[in-house]
Amino acid sequence: MALAAIYSLFIINKSGGLIYYKDYCSAGRMDTNDSLRLASLWHSMHAISQQLSPIPGCTGIDLLQAHNFNLHCFQSLTGTKIFVVCETGAQNMETLLKVIYELYTDFVLKNPFYEMEMPIRCELFDLNLAQVIQKDRVALLGR
Amino acid sequence: MPPLTAPKSGDALFASVDRVNAELFTLTYGAIVRQLLTDLEEVEEVNKQLDQMGYNIGTRLVDEFLAKSNVSRCVDFKETADVIAKLGFKMFLGVTATVTNWDAEGTSCSFVLEDNPLVDFVELPDTCQGLQYCNVLSGVIRGALEMVSMKTEVTWVRDMLRGDDAYEMRVKLIKQVPEEYPYKDDD
Repeated sequence: MALAAIYSLFIINKSGGLIYYKDYCSAGRMDTNDSLRLASLWHSMHAISQQLSPIPGCTGIDLLQAHNFNLHCFQSLTGTKIFVVCETGAQNMETLLKVIYELYTDFVLKNPFYEMEMPIRCELFDLNLAQVIQKDRVALLGR
Repeated sequence: MPPLTAPKSGDALFASVDRVNAELFTLTYGAIVRQLLTDLEEVEEVNKQLDQMGYNIGTRLVDEFLAKSNVSRCVDFKETADVIAKLGFKMFLGVTATVTNWDAEGTSCSFVLEDNPLVDFVELPDTCQGLQYCNVLSGVIRGALEMVSMKTEVTWVRDMLRGDDAYEMRVKLIKQVPEEYPYKDDD
């Protein structure tokens, strides 16, 4: 079985601004402008999907499946969105997103020098995130 | 693996978070209040500052609570109040509150705390009778609820430091800000 990999990770604040972007492989690497544009587009599409839903109470897109990649999105009740772009068939992405959300609350929000809604520049967050993603890859290798 | 969405119980939640020595916590808070009194001189100003500090904490804390407790969206304000009393207080203070005195519309209620770790060792001197020593707590609740689109007003009704038999915090829901985007306001 092919190894499923994460291509990139985005975190957007409640107003649709990109506050964190990280890519994990050279394929499809984006410059700052493109990643910002993509993030706000996703924010809008997420909002539109709620309007499209024929059943009230829709909270937006959780998973976008494309021919050759998947996008898993998690939105917290406070409006922050975290999404990963990964290979098709990557497993346990919901769990991964939840873990990333916990890391965000621990190492970003609890950092007294982090300004809310602003781009994330927290070394501890980077470090712990790298570990989690690494572990995720190891788990995948083990299967 | 348990389902991702199963909410934790108050005890499980309390067991899962890191804790510090209770005295360190209580004494640190005492030192902050003391310093504010020295800096601001006016008791009223200190109350305001404590509330503002609590608000700033609450806006950040709410995400941690949501991330670690696995609670999902509450259907109404009643459920929200219960979640705060049973899970929120337990997770961060190690105590639970009782929710009582609902008004007829279900928009305001009281949290009653029998036990409050912030006030161990505290005796309010005569010069500080107007001080809302625990104002940080009301600020936290106001800030946290605002992040999940509920505007509230939080006031203290009973305070053991002033001779009452318990701590009672009144929470009034002022308005629920809709989360939807205002698509239809172009006319």
